[in-house]
Amino acid sequence: MSSSIHSMPGVAASAPALRRRPRSALVRTLSSWPVMAALVMLAVIVLAAIAANLLGLADPMAINPMQRLKGFSAEHWFGTDAYGRDVLSRVVHGARVSLMIGAGTAVAALVPGLVLGVIAGYFRAADMVIMRIMDGIMSVPSILLAIALVAVTGASLLTVLIAIAVPEFPRVVRLVRGLILSLRDEPYVEAAISLGTPTHTLMMRHLVPNTLAPLIVQGTFIFASAMLSEAVMSFLGVGMPPEFPSWGNVIAEGRMYFQIKPGLILLPGLFLALTVLSVNMLGDAMRDALDPKMARRI
Amino acid sequence: MADSTMPVLQVQNLTVQLVGAPGEEERSVVEGISFDIHAGETLCVVGESGSGKSVTSFSVMGLLAPDALRPAAGRILLDGEDVLACSPERLRELRATRMSMVFQEPMTALNPVRTVGWQIDEVLRTHSALDAAARKRKILDMLESVRLPDVERIYHSYPHQLSGGQRQRIVICMALILNPKLLIADEPTTALDVTTQKQILALILELQRSHNTAVLFITHDFGVVAEIADRIAVMNRGRLVEVGSREDILARPKEAYTRMLVSSVPGLAPQARQAPEGEPVLVVDGLEKTYAERGFFKAKRTVHAVRDVSFTLRKKEIVGIVGESGSGKSTLARCIARLIDPSAGSVRLDGTEIATATKREFHPVRKRIQVVFQDPYRSLNARIRVGDSIVEGMRNFGVSEEEARARAVELLDIVGLGADTMDRYPHQFSGGQRQRICIARALALRPDILIADEAVSALDVSVQAQVLELIEDIRTRTDTAVLFITHDLRVAAQICNSIVVMKSGQIVEAGQAADVLTRPQDEYTRQLLDAAPGRHWDFKRFRPTQASPH
Repeated sequence: MSSSIHSMPGVAASAPALRRRPRSALVRTLSSWPVMAALVMLAVIVLAAIAANLLGLADPMAINPMQRLKGFSAEHWFGTDAYGRDVLSRVVHGARVSLMIGAGTAVAALVPGLVLGVIAGYFRAADMVIMRIMDGIMSVPSILLAIALVAVTGASLLTVLIAIAVPEFPRVVRLVRGLILSLRDEPYVEAAISLGTPTHTLMMRHLVPNTLAPLIVQGTFIFASAMLSEAVMSFLGVGMPPEFPSWGNVIAEGRMYFQIKPGLILLPGLFLALTVLSVNMLGDAMRDALDPKMARRI
Repeated sequence: MADSTMPVLQVQNLTVQLVGAPGEEERSVVEGISFDIHAGETLCVVGESGSGKSVTSFSVMGLLAPDALRPAAGRILLDGEDVLACSPERLRELRATRMSMVFQEPMTALNPVRTVGWQIDEVLRTHSALDAAARKRKILDMLESVRLPDVERIYHSYPHQLSGGQRQRIVICMALILNPKLLIADEPTTALDVTTQKQILALILELQRSHNTAVLFITHDFGVVAEIADRIAVMNRGRLVEVGSREDILARPKEAYTRMLVSSVPGLAPQARQAPEGEPVLVVDGLEKTYAERGFFKAKRTVHAVRDVSFTLRKKEIVGIVGESGSGKSTLARCIARLIDPSAGSVRLDGTEIATATKREFHPVRKRIQVVFQDPYRSLNARIRVGDSIVEGMRNFGVSEEEARARAVELLDIVGLGADTMDRYPHQFSGGQRQRICIARALALRPDILIADEAVSALDVSVQAQVLELIEDIRTRTDTAVLFITHDLRVAAQICNSIVVMKSGQIVEAGQAADVLTRPQDEYTRQLLDAAPGRHWDFKRFRPTQASPH
């Protein structure tokens, strides 16, 4: 008997009274304290990145050989790096690059991913072709792509963004295609077909809106992983140009002096970790709120 | 030793509350219910969805999700021991040895990656001191007693290799192998076809007799109740309406609610109605639908979902297509509505061939054939206001927004819903109300043919009766012909002029409803009729069925 008890699908789901979801589920989930903490954290980092120039910090690119590898002081709160640049200023300005890469990659992966996913999921003939191309793209490692792009076009924000987004977007295509395939069998979609709804209306009205919730959640995870990828690529020297303050660059430069000045790595590392953690927590919370069925299972 | 006259299960004044967020008002899903079950007795708990019958059974098993539902008052005595006061360890012990449960969906109740033999053995490994050989012997004996063939092979089978009925037998075998005093069966036959249901019900009765088990049987189906109950408990909105012997409840119900519920159960006797003389609107001739199954290593195999089906539908006529799951009745409906393309044959609508029409040619015809689906919860897009859903079809065919909305309000009135429905979302409505909305949406295009694909199967009997009345009303008011697809002969008997019986994609019998239901010619139709539960009871008149006048 025990196995049948354990495999019973959610006891609570059998109580019809529970099926109705309170409308404020999103608000309720977001107002739990760890999520609030993540929100506040992220807000602080975003605001700092936007207002970096107004904070009265030193120029993040200004080289000052006299001030090499200085410790904490009133002038340089977190000391200076090997070229005498202010570490705090570089880290705050670095947030700009990281957030732009994160948000940019999320948009660059979601938009074409949604379009191609809907087409592949709805039109059987297109499915075969699109999905095989996606399989091909997914087989390209992002680091290799980045090295090739940097070699051809030189290091820049756009190069990094493309290098991260290209291998990422086939995953979005797969997600959307799967959602569309299952939505197509829903009776309300069949009802719309028998009401004579034209294909484009069917997609825009009945299919696409019902893929958005999981898509937004996927977007937050892409956001977080793109920031990490940027750091890895910059660290390896195939990311942002070295003089540019990005968290990956700051960590890469600090590596040499880690023994004497651990702060050179720890401060940007801490920012990176906290930002990724906040974005991921927000993504988890949104998944729980938008899809309560998944929350119980994962 | 417990007194032999003491009930096996006593539920006393049980109240179960919904665990809300702090500060929220506490709501009871089950309130102050009491009943007893004695050894060898079957108590049927009946009620419509949301009546709290499943919550009651889960409370007895101690299976309430602690973060959602909480027993707030009362006692549940199993052999004199209060289940609500038991430790989790003791509950686990009780669940296997004293009480056990059979669920509705036999597929999800079994672990798909283990053989069924292993799963039954697990119960014995945990709760008995028998050695491996003795356990195996016991399991094979038990498999034989639930009337499974070739038990050695079944023992080594995985759940997906068995049929739904066989899986339910395995679950019953698992539940009864430790000889519990109480068996809780929660809608155990609802997911099964009628012919399988009949066998499973007979099996439960037989095992109950031989083991003297007390059975708590949860169901919404009065046919099943009339078949197996010793006593009946009627529940409504979390309260116990009435408890009594089978004859008390079915023949002499005291409460108005019970009377209403029992009399809504459709009878098997066909309603007297003359055959409509109208023109044929739909002529289906030799329709086929085949699916080709391809595999890398397997030879190509074709599956005939619908094979050589021909029938005629006249104006104002309701033709019932009856069959068990897999009979091809839904495929047939989808071919006619061109949601899928038929493989061969012809479908003529007022003389126009539509089976082979291209998409463009079919578009103007689409509005003349509309479908109402089974699941009212999935038939409406949850993100769109009800009004916009109803208007959608008319807008597609060029009706102005203003005119379409006016007509939508009119239609909602016809199906018994107010104009304020227009601006609300589907989740604000009950299943029956949603099905009305779906009917209004289908009628918006003034179709010649309405296809109702199991349109009332997911509804409670009282709501079912209302929706059937609505369909009948629409038929008489307009010239609409209805293709009524159902697995339920009772429903078909209520509403259909003629009935087509399908089996494995083919028509086995077709004719006037009265002829098919009272003088069936085909063996399979006879089996279906014979398997319909509760056929000896005339629920509407609260008495046993009289011998048919024919």
